[in-house]
Amino acid sequence: MAKPITYYLRKDKMPHIWCEGCGHGIVLGAVLRAIDSLELDKNNVCVVSGIGCASRAPGYLDFDTLHTTHGRALAFATGIKMMKPKLNVIVLAGDGDLAAIGGNHLIHAARRNINLTTVCFNNSIYGMTSGQYSPMTPTGKMATTAPYGHIEEPFDLCDLVFAAGASFVGRGATYHARPLSRLIAKAISTDGFAFVEAISQCPTYFGRRNKMRNALAMLDWQKEHAVTTKAASKLSPEELADKFVIGELGTRTRPEYTKRYEDIIAAAAKETDDNV
Amino acid sequence: MHSKTDTRLMQGNEACAEGAIAAGMRFFAGYPITPSTEIAEELAALLPKVGGKFLQMEDEIASISAVIGASLTGAKSMTATSGPGFSLKQESIGFAAIAEIPCVIVNVMRAGPSTGVPTAPSQADVMQARWGTHGDHPVVVLCPTSVAETYTLIVEAFNISERWRIPVIFLMDEVIAHMREKVTIPDSSQLRIVDRARPTCKPEDYLPFDADAGDGVVPPMADFGTGYRYHLTGLTHDKTGFPTGKRPEVDTLIRRLYSKMDKAKQEVTFVDEVLIEDADVAVFAYGITARAGAKAVRDARAEGISAGLVRTKTLWPFPDEHVERIASTVRAIVVPEMNMGQLVHEVERASKGKTKVVSLTRVDAEPISPDEILSALKEV
Repeated sequence: MAKPITYYLRKDKMPHIWCEGCGHGIVLGAVLRAIDSLELDKNNVCVVSGIGCASRAPGYLDFDTLHTTHGRALAFATGIKMMKPKLNVIVLAGDGDLAAIGGNHLIHAARRNINLTTVCFNNSIYGMTSGQYSPMTPTGKMATTAPYGHIEEPFDLCDLVFAAGASFVGRGATYHARPLSRLIAKAISTDGFAFVEAISQCPTYFGRRNKMRNALAMLDWQKEHAVTTKAASKLSPEELADKFVIGELGTRTRPEYTKRYEDIIAAAAKETDDNV
Repeated sequence: MHSKTDTRLMQGNEACAEGAIAAGMRFFAGYPITPSTEIAEELAALLPKVGGKFLQMEDEIASISAVIGASLTGAKSMTATSGPGFSLKQESIGFAAIAEIPCVIVNVMRAGPSTGVPTAPSQADVMQARWGTHGDHPVVVLCPTSVAETYTLIVEAFNISERWRIPVIFLMDEVIAHMREKVTIPDSSQLRIVDRARPTCKPEDYLPFDADAGDGVVPPMADFGTGYRYHLTGLTHDKTGFPTGKRPEVDTLIRRLYSKMDKAKQEVTFVDEVLIEDADVAVFAYGITARAGAKAVRDARAEGISAGLVRTKTLWPFPDEHVERIASTVRAIVVPEMNMGQLVHEVERASKGKTKVVSLTRVDAEPISPDEILSALKEV
C-alpha cells in the first residue's frame, strides 16, 4: 500500500458510529485499499450513499461525499456522473437500502451500464433500525419483524445485477478482506456499471438472534460457507446449497452510458449543422 | 441560444423548456406524465444541441435525485412532472431544501387527487407546493399566467434558485402548459442570468455551510470535483456539513434557512396590479385564472363597476404586503381558484379583516370563465 489508510480518512470524524464487531469497517478498509492500489486522485473520487449503517461510511472519507435519501444513492450518483464523467463515482450502500427501497434504481443503473461502482455492504439485516429483516435475510433466520423465522427467499443480488446488464459483478466477504479489496479495484477499473456484494457481519442485530453471538462466530461462519468460483465449479448444486460463492461472478463488455451520450451530443450537433 | 429576438407560436411546455435552456439549464431528468411530458420531449431534443444532458429515469424519485446530483457538479438542473409525480418527488425536494441545492421542479397541475383527471386543468397543488415535503423548510413557488411569461419566469426560477440556494417550484396549470400563444423570445443579452456564489477560499478553509463566508444567509457552494472535498447530508448539520444533534445548532440551521426567505422576499415577489388604484372591488388570481380575471375586470368596468386585478406570479412566499395594502382600499376581494379554496385562506390572513374576502371555486376540471368572476364581482 503506497499510502497509509489514514490518508483517505477524515480522522476528526472518528470514532465511527458502528457497533463492536461490525464488519462495515473491514469493507470500508477494502474500498480504500482498492482506491489506493489504483492511485486515484482524492479530488477525482466522489462517494455517494443512501440511508442506513453502511451509508454513514462516506462521512469518514476525505473525498467529495454525499449522504442522500433512503435507497436513492444510485440516482443521485447518476446525475453526478452524467455531468462530471471524469469523477470516479462510488456508491456505498446497505442491503436494505440497495435491494429493497432502492431496488429499482439498482437494476436500471445496471441496465444503462453507467460507469458507477456500487459496493453493497450486505449484513442481511436492517441494523440502523435495530434488526428487521431485509431482502437479503436468509429464509428461516430470526429478525425483530420475523419473530417466528423468516419465510421469504433472499435475492441473489449478483445474479440480479448481472442479468440487468452490469459490466462487472462479484462477491467478497469481510473474512476474505484482501480478495475483497482486489475485487473492488477491478470494479472501479471497469468501464461500465460494476457491482460488488460484500458479505459483512452484524453481530449486534443479526448474530445474537441467530446463534452467532459475536463477530468471531460470524466470521467463522463466513470461513466455513464461502467457496471460491474455482472450487464452486467442482461442486454439485446440492453441495453448494448452503454455501456462497466469492470472486468474479460476471464480466462483459458493453458500451458505457456517458460515452454513449456523447454520441447523442454529436448527432444533435450534426442535425443543427445540417439545418443551418 | 437566441442571437436576436424571435417571434413564434409556442406551447407553454415548449416555452418552459426553451426558457430553462436560456437560463443556463444543462441537465434535465424526468419521467413521462401528462400534462408535462412535452417538456421532457423538447429537452431530449434541445439539450444535447447545447452540450447538455437529458435523462429519462426509471421513476419520478430517481429524476429529482439525479437532478440534485447534477446540480452538485455545478450544472443548473431541472425536472418536470405533474400531480402524482410531484407527490413522489417530495422527499427529495426536502433534501434539496436542507442541503441547499439549487434546482427547479416544474409541476404542471392536473385535476386530482390521485390519478384524477390527467388531461384536465387544476390549481389544487398550491398548498402541496408550499408544504409537500415534511419539516419546516423555505421554498419559492412561481406560477406563470401566459406562454410568454412562462419563458421569462422560468429564467427567474433558476435565478432565484441559484441566488438563494433553494429549490424553486414552478407551478403551471394545464391550460398554460398546453395552450399555444405568440411569444417574442427575448434576445439572450436582455436576460438577466444569475449563477450561484462559489467559494473563493482555499479548499482547506472551506466550511460548506458557513453563511458568513457569503452574504450572511447563503453559504457559497463548491462544485463537486473541484478539490474542495466536502460532505453533504440530509441530516441536520453544522457549518462543516457534518451531522449535529446539538439543539442550538439545529435551531440555527432552520432559522437561517427561513431568514433566507425574509431577505429574498422582495426580490422574488412578482405581483402585477391592474386598475387597482381607484378600484372598489378586486380580483386576486394566478395562472390561467388571472387571465379570466383580467377579462372580468374589463367587463365589470364596462358595466360601471370599479374593479381591479391583483395578478400574482409568486405564490410563495405569499405577497402579504400587497394584499394588506389593497385590502385597506377595496370593499371586497374575490379569489377565483380551480380548487376548493387554497390561496384564499392566505388572502384572508393577509387582509387582517380589513375587507371582505370571497372564495370562488371550480373543481369540475374546467377553467373558470370571465363571466363567473364577473357575476361574483356583481354580487359582492
